[in-house]
Amino acid sequence: MELIPSILFLQSILAATWRMATPILYAAVGEVFSEKAGVINIGLEGVMLIGAFSAYSVAFESGSLWLGLLAAILAGILSGLIFAFFTITIKANQIVVGAAFNMIGMGITGFLYRSMYAVSAVPLGLKTFQSVEIPFLSSIPFFGEVLFKHNIMVYGTLLVVPLATFVLYKTAFGLSIRAVGEHPKAADTVGVNVFRMRYLSVMIGTALAAVGGAFLVLAYADQFVEGVVSGRGFIALAVVVFGRWKPWGAFWSSLLFGIFYALQLRIQTMPDVNIPYQFLQALPYLATLLVLVGFNKRRVQAPKTLGVPYK
Amino acid sequence: MPKNNDPQTILRMEEIHKSFPGGVFANRGVNLEVRQGEIHCLLGENGAGKTVLMSVLYGLYKPDAGCIYYKNEKFDVHNPKDAIQNRIGMVHQHFMLVETLSVAENIILGQYKPWKVLNNLDPVIKKIQQMSKDYSLNVDPTSLVKDLSVGEQQRVEILKALYHGADLLILDEPTAVLTPQESENLLDFLRQLADKGLTIVFITHKLEEVMQISDRVTILRDGKTIATVNTKETNPRELAKMMVGRDVLMNLTKKEKQPGRIIFSVKNLNVNDERGLPAVRNFSFDVHEREIVGIAGVSGNGQSELALALAGLMESEFDSIVLNDISITKRDLTRLNQLGMAHIPEDRQKMGLILPFSVSENFIAETFNDRPFSKYGFLQFKTIKNYSQSLVKKFSIRVGDIDEEIAHLSGGNQQKVVVARELDRRPKFLLVNQPTRGIDIGATEFVRQQIIAERDGGAAILLISTDLEEIFALSDRILVMFEGRIMGEVSPNPDMIEQVGLLMAGKTIESAL
Repeated sequence: MELIPSILFLQSILAATWRMATPILYAAVGEVFSEKAGVINIGLEGVMLIGAFSAYSVAFESGSLWLGLLAAILAGILSGLIFAFFTITIKANQIVVGAAFNMIGMGITGFLYRSMYAVSAVPLGLKTFQSVEIPFLSSIPFFGEVLFKHNIMVYGTLLVVPLATFVLYKTAFGLSIRAVGEHPKAADTVGVNVFRMRYLSVMIGTALAAVGGAFLVLAYADQFVEGVVSGRGFIALAVVVFGRWKPWGAFWSSLLFGIFYALQLRIQTMPDVNIPYQFLQALPYLATLLVLVGFNKRRVQAPKTLGVPYK
Repeated sequence: MPKNNDPQTILRMEEIHKSFPGGVFANRGVNLEVRQGEIHCLLGENGAGKTVLMSVLYGLYKPDAGCIYYKNEKFDVHNPKDAIQNRIGMVHQHFMLVETLSVAENIILGQYKPWKVLNNLDPVIKKIQQMSKDYSLNVDPTSLVKDLSVGEQQRVEILKALYHGADLLILDEPTAVLTPQESENLLDFLRQLADKGLTIVFITHKLEEVMQISDRVTILRDGKTIATVNTKETNPRELAKMMVGRDVLMNLTKKEKQPGRIIFSVKNLNVNDERGLPAVRNFSFDVHEREIVGIAGVSGNGQSELALALAGLMESEFDSIVLNDISITKRDLTRLNQLGMAHIPEDRQKMGLILPFSVSENFIAETFNDRPFSKYGFLQFKTIKNYSQSLVKKFSIRVGDIDEEIAHLSGGNQQKVVVARELDRRPKFLLVNQPTRGIDIGATEFVRQQIIAERDGGAAILLISTDLEEIFALSDRILVMFEGRIMGEVSPNPDMIEQVGLLMAGKTIESAL
């Protein structure tokens, strides 16, 4: 390839990277809260689906993307409340409840989608969040395209990640969350309400996961399809581990997935490549998992009571 | 209102009852009266209900019945926050510190409203530094708890209680995890605190500590108050009798040594610890038939690694290891137990037992796959049951039902299960590490007698212990270990205790003798 086309190629991949990483990032940052508090929620995929469908149906019916986003957040919080009730109050096994959430999320959104929209005669597309070009910066060659021409939900990650870091590491609330995941009894003996902390962390986690799901219909594809999340919830779980249970760690790790996803999209559009598209679609998942497994030798301990109900 | 308005009384607990699901009655009408500014020992064997009583006071457990009066008012405590707000502090036996957080973060945990921004911890750090200096506790508020030694962590716990503001400080077996020197310092420090007006409740089962530190002592047994006495008017023998409920042999008697041939021999053993640093260096020793060889040393000088290597649980290098005339190769190490070795590990909860399993399942943890406990791949429940019941009887283990989870037993009874299982295999060579750590007098006495009986029965025994009294009481020969090396061999003559102390501190045998 010649120089100019290869730079354009790189530019288009990098420009897509952040966008592709965004849904995973929201879910992963949410999961950081949950896991820091000692609750592992493998039901992210299901919660993201619930978020995606809630966002789509409310946005479609009301005509407002913002109302759709709000609906996703509320649905996420409600999902978290239910998840927390089973895992924290009833002390059911977190993996089992998480698996149930994935199945319920798939089933309920599929059912509702078919009964509400599948036979519709009207066009079902939303007018998604459009790119916002940052004045001046977006006209910088290369970087303008890569960094400064994105929609509001992509930029939103730059708000959520520092905010999550601040809450976790610079507030009394965050201190309690971190303590509760490591040594809940120690937190209990100094008056921290372990149950309350875990409930709140789980609900922050599912709210953000639902936002990640909402992104897929409000700012990426313009409509809901069954299984639209397609495994991103599971990638988010891996991203949390690879990101060492830190919001910024999750940020960089999800970019890793984003870059592979963008790459395979580009390869699919190349006329002279004859790889079945199913293989290409599997590439980002495979590559991300391989990298995550391969680099996970630097042992950072998970929160000590991850997955263990208190008392 | 309390019957007695003695201004000296700061705390009175009356007829406290507390039971747990499964029918365990931890407190069955306990009475305790503590006076302002005294050091009050709560003495009792494990399972006597000391910790439960104090946990009730600290709001961790809700009592079934009973009243608490604190500072002359009825005290209703629902959670630890109530206790802290009423200036009651507690240092738990298992530290309540979050290892991944800094000292300062641990100290302020739970002290602020959730939305409080903790951007700048400097004022807190300054205050902790000041307090650390005032009390000469020598704690760095910025270090992470996981980087601190056990002794330092305990100082953090005490500092935490003082930082929260405490008029009444409860300490639950604080010396169990400390070296003798650290214990001494702690007791001095507590005395200073009491002199400044702080009231201290000190839970222990060690008689010397009671005699050394307390003004008064309340003895608990089987969840009931036996008596409260002035320390000056009592003596260890009387306390032991009240605590155990019968006369206790304070001194073990054992027969003259008659060692036979060499059973176990190690030449030049080298072991690296988990970080890859040398922990055991060029270690060579023999153990004879009918002999107990004691390994003395301050905790952390390679004893754990030595025991783990000999048990085949840790990588090691050696010139030779011979067990009962069989030369052992590196690969054989993992099957030493089939060649006649038994191992009583230092941590019964992590290594010796499978806590969620029942008593009888723990008895057959090593032999379940052999006849007669298993036939054609099926467990023989009747045989296992009979076998377990015979062991329970033989070793007088206090357990309601052999199918009970072993986690519910007291420490002493758990240790007896390990000892029973290992000794019942009639080992040629017995490796014992810290056999009586954290267990009560009655169980200690019993375990030690069993070890001596095993020696008299012909076994070769290697006893690793950081408890010097235990080393001297049981050993026929003493090897002192320091930084992974043998510093010298000493006979267990009570006159030699000072020399052993010097060797333990790293002095050579020439300068120690």
